Amino acid sequence: MKAGALLGRSGPLLGLVLVAVVFGLLVGPQFFRAGNLDLMARQTAIVCLAALGMTMVIVSGGIDLSAGSIVALSTVVIAQALRAGVSPGLAALAGVAAGALCGTATGLLVTRLRVVPFIVTLGMMLLVRGAAKGLADERRVEAPATWLNGLLRSAAGGEGFLVAGGVWLTALLAVAVALLLRYTRFGRHLFAVGSNERTARLCGVRVDRVKVAVYALAAAITGLAGVLQFAKLSVGDPTVADGLELNVIAAVIIGGGSLSGGRGTVGGTVLGATIMAVIQIGCSQRGLPNWVQQIVTGGIIVLAVALDRWRQRGG
Amino acid sequence: MSAAPRFAMRGIRKAFGATVALDGVDLAVAPGEVCALVGENGAGKSTLMGILSGALRPDAGEMTLDGRPYRPRDPQQARAAGVAMIYQELSLAPDLSVMENMLLGMEPGRRGLVDWPAMRATARGVLAQLEHPEIDPATPAGALSVAEQQLVEVGRAFAVGCRVLVLDEPTSALGRDDARRLFALIGRLKAQGHAIVYISHFIEEVKEVADRFVVLRDGCTAGAGVTATASHDDIVALMVGRRQGGLYARSTHERGAPVLEVEGLVPGAATFTLHRGEVVGLAGLVGAGRTEMLRALFGLAPVRAGTVRVGVATGPASPFRRWAQGVGFVSEDRKEEGLALELGLGDNMTLTRLEGLGPGPLVLPGRRDAAALRWVEKLGIRCRDPRQPAGQLSGGNQQKVALARLLHHDVDVVVLDEPTRGIDVGSKAQVYALIDALVAGTDGRPARAVLMASSHLPELLGCCDRIAVMHRGRLGEPRPAAEWDEHGLMLEASGGPRRSA
Repeated sequence: MKAGALLGRSGPLLGLVLVAVVFGLLVGPQFFRAGNLDLMARQTAIVCLAALGMTMVIVSGGIDLSAGSIVALSTVVIAQALRAGVSPGLAALAGVAAGALCGTATGLLVTRLRVVPFIVTLGMMLLVRGAAKGLADERRVEAPATWLNGLLRSAAGGEGFLVAGGVWLTALLAVAVALLLRYTRFGRHLFAVGSNERTARLCGVRVDRVKVAVYALAAAITGLAGVLQFAKLSVGDPTVADGLELNVIAAVIIGGGSLSGGRGTVGGTVLGATIMAVIQIGCSQRGLPNWVQQIVTGGIIVLAVALDRWRQRGG
Repeated sequence: MSAAPRFAMRGIRKAFGATVALDGVDLAVAPGEVCALVGENGAGKSTLMGILSGALRPDAGEMTLDGRPYRPRDPQQARAAGVAMIYQELSLAPDLSVMENMLLGMEPGRRGLVDWPAMRATARGVLAQLEHPEIDPATPAGALSVAEQQLVEVGRAFAVGCRVLVLDEPTSALGRDDARRLFALIGRLKAQGHAIVYISHFIEEVKEVADRFVVLRDGCTAGAGVTATASHDDIVALMVGRRQGGLYARSTHERGAPVLEVEGLVPGAATFTLHRGEVVGLAGLVGAGRTEMLRALFGLAPVRAGTVRVGVATGPASPFRRWAQGVGFVSEDRKEEGLALELGLGDNMTLTRLEGLGPGPLVLPGRRDAAALRWVEKLGIRCRDPRQPAGQLSGGNQQKVALARLLHHDVDVVVLDEPTRGIDVGSKAQVYALIDALVAGTDGRPARAVLMASSHLPELLGCCDRIAVMHRGRLGEPRPAAEWDEHGLMLEASGGPRRSA
């Protein structure tokens, strides 16, 4: 049981070490060079950032399938804002606000209509994607170059301090969300609602408010992931990040989150996202085709959850 | 009873861990006979019928069915042998049709193909036998009324050719007319030679439907007789028996100012006033509506009429407001509602009042653990540490965690629904002592008011200053506990003749 508890707490970390060692052996020592690590960090940032929001939603017992669409909408909103002459900072804020708006709508639909989040966000996924396409007139939206475009550029190119600004942003938010979950009333309420909604209601937690707040906050963070996506593309693209939500959910699950709610940590989620990035980059640098990468990632997801189940039964 | 019994159970014994649920019980029913099985909650009725219907296996004792040894290994085998049980909660698949429900798992047909005409014919035949040919076998079960669904359940038992039928509290969800029709149906089944066991709390029903009755008390047969010659009083006396006290702490306490005033509250048709320094008990049978009334009072269910005043506050209720007004609630359903089992017991205790566990909106885990540890020590909760998941504790310790939540919140009004359900005797005594300390104010705080619902009559008589009885959704007037005894409470709860006060 002791070994099981240890495995449970450090499972995602062991997983990361394992895939790093495997690809280190396959690719060679250059796999761990600073430039490569920088690449990995930049590669993970978008999924990781969106996964921070998703961690909160999953802890509260919900799910958000509209994350990919929100990222796309955010890039389009930013591009349109820049074209209209808005300053880069305000444009980024508009992207975040667009996300928050979508999340608020999701939260209200979930709580007012009493429809399960899977269905509501499945609808929102199409709805938001459609809105993004409409707003972009079904084309990529070119935007003037600004400092936003440098957020995910390699630090070796002189941008950012040690790593790219977008990576710093992600790290900062990870710390903020971790503190929020662990040390605030709102965080404890999220765990209570996800663990047993009836108990939460009995204890005077205003469950509906908590839910609207968590979907809005998570979608705002997803909108911020859209800012990074825009930085990577330097255009607004309504078709980008198609299916991203599944990678985001996978990161949370690999990191120990439970779809039945009440469990999930920021540390685990960050590790989960990193594991997926290592596999992706490792496979491409080893020259393995995309299908191998998908099979490995799929296997890791199932294995991670199976190990978790096994640990829970053992403990 | 001269005829050979249809089924007989002899010397049945069953223990769950250290608790003896049945200690050598006998029961035999003849063909064409209706036997009522009565007893208080926890007397062993469900266990006995679980053994008869194959859901449980006895530790000792033997059973025969039509003179042959009968040892079902699971409910399917029992069904195949002709023993069917109809539970209080109906178990139909609402989206399947009546005929599919009746023949579920034994659909006529070949090589995986369903023979629909044969199925329809069988279902028609059964419904005709039950004298309800108006029910269309193709209707989805969910579209039927509760009474009709119950009929389908009986039909399901018939379709397998049952010889023994057990009905567990069949009228609890039925209106008067439907209950009448059910009694008529039972009469016809009896005439067809079925042996029927009828479980009920309602003595008047028992007297109407059954030929004989058997009373269980504390896992033993307390008595039996012929319903025609036994009075309502006789049966209740057998159910209640004599018990010794000593479990209940009672220190002197004085009734103070009113803190909770309930007027015409629906559900419950309840009007009463709760004062500081008193325990008011709510007696009644399972399903009488006590829980519904308490939930409405606490804002967990809609209030359909009436007012609830806490201190000076009236207006719409929500659990959030009630806690803010100083009212705390312990749910009867510890596992599904009372506690978040995956969360630590510290989280469970402090959830209603996280304020003060850190500056601003913060909750510092250290302070939370310290707050929890205080109650762990005070209530003697056995746990590893305050972060241990609540689900890992024993029932008694879980219940203390649920109570500690009210202490942490420091409420004035304590509302308890079945506070000692499913916990060991030692923990029960501690819960009683805690209730006593709350109203006596011996813990250095002003005296609180306690409102508790319980199905365990000795507990109500032992703890409460006043007791009100709920019968079929209507709460009577609270009367001093000294004016009650178990007999009187049971009479009133089961709808017996009203005593003049």
